Formats: sequence, C-alpha cells, structure tokens
Amino acid sequence: MAEIKLESVAKTFGTFTAVKGVNVTVDHGSFFVILGPSGCGKTTTLRMMAGLELPTSGRILLDGEDVTVLPASARDIAFVFQLFALYPHMNVRQNIAFPLRCQNYRRDEVRRSVEETARLLRIDHLLDRRVGGLSGGDRQRVALGRAIVRRPKAFLMDEPLGALDSEFRKLMCGELRELHDRIDATTVYITHDQLEAMAMADVIAIMNQGRVEQIGTPQEIYDRPASMFVADFIGAPPMSFLAVRASLQRGARSIEVDGVPLEMPQLFEDRAEGSLALGVRPENVSFADSAGLRGRVIGAEYLGTTQIVTVTTANGQIKARLPSGNAVRIGETVGLALRPDKLSLFDAVSGRALSSALYGGLHG
Amino acid sequence: MSTPITAHSVAEPSSRSKLIASFLVVTYAVITILPLLWIFLTGFKTPPDSIAYPPKVLFEPSVEGYVNLFTTRSRQTPEFLATLPPPQTWYERLVRSRNMVIGGPSKVVPRFVNSMVIGFGSTFLAVCFGTIAAYAFSRFRVPLADDLLFFILSTRMMPPIAVAIPIYLMFRHLGLTDTKLGMILLYTAVNVSLAVWLLKGFMDEIPREYEEAAMVDGYTRLQAFFKVVLPQATTGIAATAIFCLIFAWNEYAFAVLLTSGDAQTMPPFIPFIIGEGGQDWPAVAAATTIFFIPILCFTILLRRHLLRGITFGAVRK
Repeated sequence: MAEIKLESVAKTFGTFTAVKGVNVTVDHGSFFVILGPSGCGKTTTLRMMAGLELPTSGRILLDGEDVTVLPASARDIAFVFQLFALYPHMNVRQNIAFPLRCQNYRRDEVRRSVEETARLLRIDHLLDRRVGGLSGGDRQRVALGRAIVRRPKAFLMDEPLGALDSEFRKLMCGELRELHDRIDATTVYITHDQLEAMAMADVIAIMNQGRVEQIGTPQEIYDRPASMFVADFIGAPPMSFLAVRASLQRGARSIEVDGVPLEMPQLFEDRAEGSLALGVRPENVSFADSAGLRGRVIGAEYLGTTQIVTVTTANGQIKARLPSGNAVRIGETVGLALRPDKLSLFDAVSGRALSSALYGGLHG
Repeated sequence: MSTPITAHSVAEPSSRSKLIASFLVVTYAVITILPLLWIFLTGFKTPPDSIAYPPKVLFEPSVEGYVNLFTTRSRQTPEFLATLPPPQTWYERLVRSRNMVIGGPSKVVPRFVNSMVIGFGSTFLAVCFGTIAAYAFSRFRVPLADDLLFFILSTRMMPPIAVAIPIYLMFRHLGLTDTKLGMILLYTAVNVSLAVWLLKGFMDEIPREYEEAAMVDGYTRLQAFFKVVLPQATTGIAATAIFCLIFAWNEYAFAVLLTSGDAQTMPPFIPFIIGEGGQDWPAVAAATTIFFIPILCFTILLRRHLLRGITFGAVRK
C-alpha cells in the first residue's frame, strides 16, 4: 500500500514531448485508472512511476519519499505488462517465484508464498506447467501472480486485458477489482477502453496529448466532463454538441439556440460574445412535439432495449437514446427536449467547460 | 499432427510436388555426401589401393592410413629389419610389413589439440563479445549506432587474406606469430562482426518487457541480462557459435601464413602429410575424417538451433 504522487512530471523523447507536466496523486488503496487514446502519454507516465523511464523534469514521490531517479528495482513496485512478459524458459512456479529469488528468501518460504498466491488466483493446479501452453486468461493470472507474490507497495498495470478476447476481459475485470480489494493494494491501471475504466476505477484520470484533462470518479467524469475532449471520449455514443454563438452573464439560466431559448444550469462566470458548444448526453434528450428546438431524423440504431436516434438540427447533430418501442421514421421532423439540469456548456475554441451549477464550482 | 479435412488444402503441397521435392533433396544430398564418403573410405584403404586405377569401391579394409597418420616412420633395409627384435604390437607389425620402423608419434595429436583450442577459444570469445555488443546495440541508444554497425560489417567486405601482410607484420612485431593466443585473437576479430550482426537480430526479437519485468521485480540490469535475456537468446547464440566455429575450424590461409609449429592447426598440417614419405592418401583421408568429427558432433548437437538460426525472423514465435 502506498501513495503515489507525480509533481509536474514531464518526459521528452528527442524533439517529441510525450508527457507535459502531469500532476497526479494516487491515494492509498485506491484503484486509479489512467484512460486515454493511444499516444496520449499514459504508458510513458506509468513507466515513469515504475522507474522504467526517467522523467525529463518533475518529481515522483512514493509514500512521500522522492524516488524520481531511483531504479525500478529499488522502488518495490510491481508491473503487469500488456503482453504479460512471462519468461518462456521457466514454468509457472518458477515465473511466480522469480521476484522472490533475488531477495534471499528461504526455499520453503518461497514455496509457501508461491502456492498461497497460486491458490488466491486459482492457478494452483497449473504450477508445474510450462507457460507456453497456457490460455490467455491463465497467462494473465500467472502475470498477476508474479506481481502480487512479493506484496509490493503498488501495482502498475499497462493494459493487462488488452490481449484477451472481449468475453474474457469482462470476467477478468471483475476478478482484478476483487483481487485489488482483497489484498488491499494501490493499483494504477492503464487502458484505452472506457467501459473497463468505468467498471473498475475508484478514480479515473483522462489523458490527452500528454496532459491530464480531468481527474475524478467515473460518475463525475461522465456527468461533468471538464472539456469537450472528455465529453467526446467518454460515453457510447458520446456527448452531442450544438454550436452556439452567444454572450452570457454570470447567473444566466438560459441560452438561445437558433432563436429558441433553452434552460440550462445557472452559469457561474461571465462570457463575452464567442463560439460556445452546448453538450448533452443522448439519454438526456427526448422527443416532444411542443419543443421549440426542431430537427430532422436521419438515422436510428437499434440496440435492443434502447435505440440511438440521430437528429440533425441547424446547429449540429444530436443523438438521442430512446426506448426502442418508440416508432421513429427517417426524414420526419421532431421537437427536441433537453434535460435542463444536465446540460454542459463549453468554450468551443479551448474546449474547456464553463463553470455552472451542474459543475458546482468544481473548477474555474 | 493435424489431419487435412478437405481434399484440397491450399497450404499443403500436392503429393506430386512433394515427390519432386524429395527427389531433388535426395539427389543433392548424394552429390554432397559422396566426396565425404569417398574420403572416409580412402582412410581405410592401403596406399596401393588408394591410387589404384580404376578406383576400387570394394577393398579389404586396413587401418594402415590411421597408423601412418599417428606415427613417423623410416624405411629400412630387410637386412637391418632382420636384426631387430620381433615387433611388440599390432601396429609395429603392420609397419614392419612395409619395410619400415616406427620412429615415434607424429604431430597430429598436438595439431588437433591446437585446432580445438583455437577454434573453440575464438568461437567462445567472438560469441561473448558479440552477445554483449548486440545487446547494447539492441537496447541502448548508442551514439552513431548505425554507423558503428556498418563499420563493424565493413570489416567483412573484403577477403580477410587481403590484409595478410599487415597482419603478418603486426604479429611479428608483437611476438604473436605461431602462438595460440595470436590465432585466437585473429579469428575472434574476424568472427566478431558476424556474431554482432547475427545476434543483434536475435536480441531485437526478445521483447524488452522481459528485462523490464525482471528489473521491476528487483533485479539489476546485469542480473536481468543473465537470468532472462541469455536464456532467451540461447538459440541465437548456438547458431552464431556454429557459424563462428566453422570459420575458425576451416580457416587455411592465415593458418599457413602465421603458424608453422607450436600453434599450427589441422588445415595446414593435413597437406603437410602428403610430402612425408610419398603420397600417403589414406593418411590424409584419415586426418580429414578425424578433423571432420568435432564439427560434425557440434553441429548435430546444435542442429535444432542452426535451422532456426538460418531462418530466424521469418516467422514470429
């Protein structure tokens, strides 16, 4: 168990800056997920936590101790790789025992720890098998076993489920979270899959182009995205945006879209004339004949219990999640009602969310 | 292993092309093995049989070639031979029947030992240096890495013998002429470039995650190298070792030039047998056969790796 803290950590490879000043605190015992598209710097960040890369600038603290330039071997951290990195020339038992073998444990202690770990992961029947013949899931468990056998201060996992098929990934998601709770560990987990992140995380950090866009619980991030990037990255389908030009006063409670005034959470900041984007999640959109905002249906995607209907308006496309019982005809003109308390307003140029009652003064 | 389900498998060659392929392979094998077989048989012929015309395929086997190889002999008059005590051993008796007496053991054993020491010694060194250098080129940001690799390769761009005279002068100056150390250094120098290039390919194939996992688990880079990278690289190391050994074992030109006595290897020694008391082909053939054995054993032992060494990189593991 440990607290991991990054203070304006940056990493440059030649002329390319992979990580641009990241500040993150991972609390004791939390399951911290770093989520972002490929190339956003999340793996580099994790590798710097592990000591596999040295930061170009900034500090890394592990339980308050500065470990910025400490080699990986001296940090007491376990790392699970995407492709597991099990040693093919060793069997399962030797793989799991490998981290203990450099620490002068007695032979029977090693044996006991390995067997205990294997039982915890339900792979005790595989101990004498070679790793080459194992299934993806069993390899994953062996990799986890090698990580937990040493009881390190923290676990760092780099897309550990990326190589598994989707069926198995769901199962392992549950197992990983359960394991985390059972051994009371601090885990930093990297993924580009938002469903995985939502399902497992206590706290999610969303990264984009080397920066952290937002840190929060899954629900915070979903309901109150701090930027258009987060709003667009999270949710399937993501948030829809209506392009608006307006100037707004602090305390404003409505915004005019295409001549139609729409209610929205009270604004906490002044806004000079400029391009804005009004964001709405598909489940907060419904059809109402009386609504002033009109649009034409251009597509419907059937998903079983619900359907995603795409409506085009003068200010952009909106996706609505409707019960699949509602009959929708392509080409018909409909009125759109947006849930007033769930609307987000973004600066269309910087992508930043404007401070409002919904955000509760979270920032700005 | 897997039985074909359909009659027409795209990947499986048809039985006719298999037949043609096996015919070609067998023909090629016969063509290449025949001279070796002839040498092996000649080693068991008597000197007259070995130069008989037409050549004898069927003959009475004799170990005279081997006896001649391992001994030095002198021709004597029958009168003198009659004064000697009767021969004590079977090989003395054989030599006497040719009107000769054994002077002592020949130099074949020390020359063979020289070949072993120089061949395996230089292979060991070349593979050691090659492994370390290849690891460095594969894992670290070496400044001018591409230029250095090209420079290393460029040492192979001319026949080594082209630099024979400078090397001869250097060796003489340093007192390395006709020393095992000198030959080991020379063959190592020639082989290291091959070893670096071959092994870099193998090192590149080993995922970095293996070492990184070991380093996160508390091992130093050096420990990770020995415990994780080396076992993974055994295939490449074995293949490289075979290539290096074959070169060092068979090398002739430098061995002729730089060795004459103490450090002489088998390749310059074997033709030297011809001049000793007439053209003793069975002895030459016997020497060639014995010379052939170590490399044959070594290659058979590492055969599995050699095959992968030649085709490495073709298929992802």
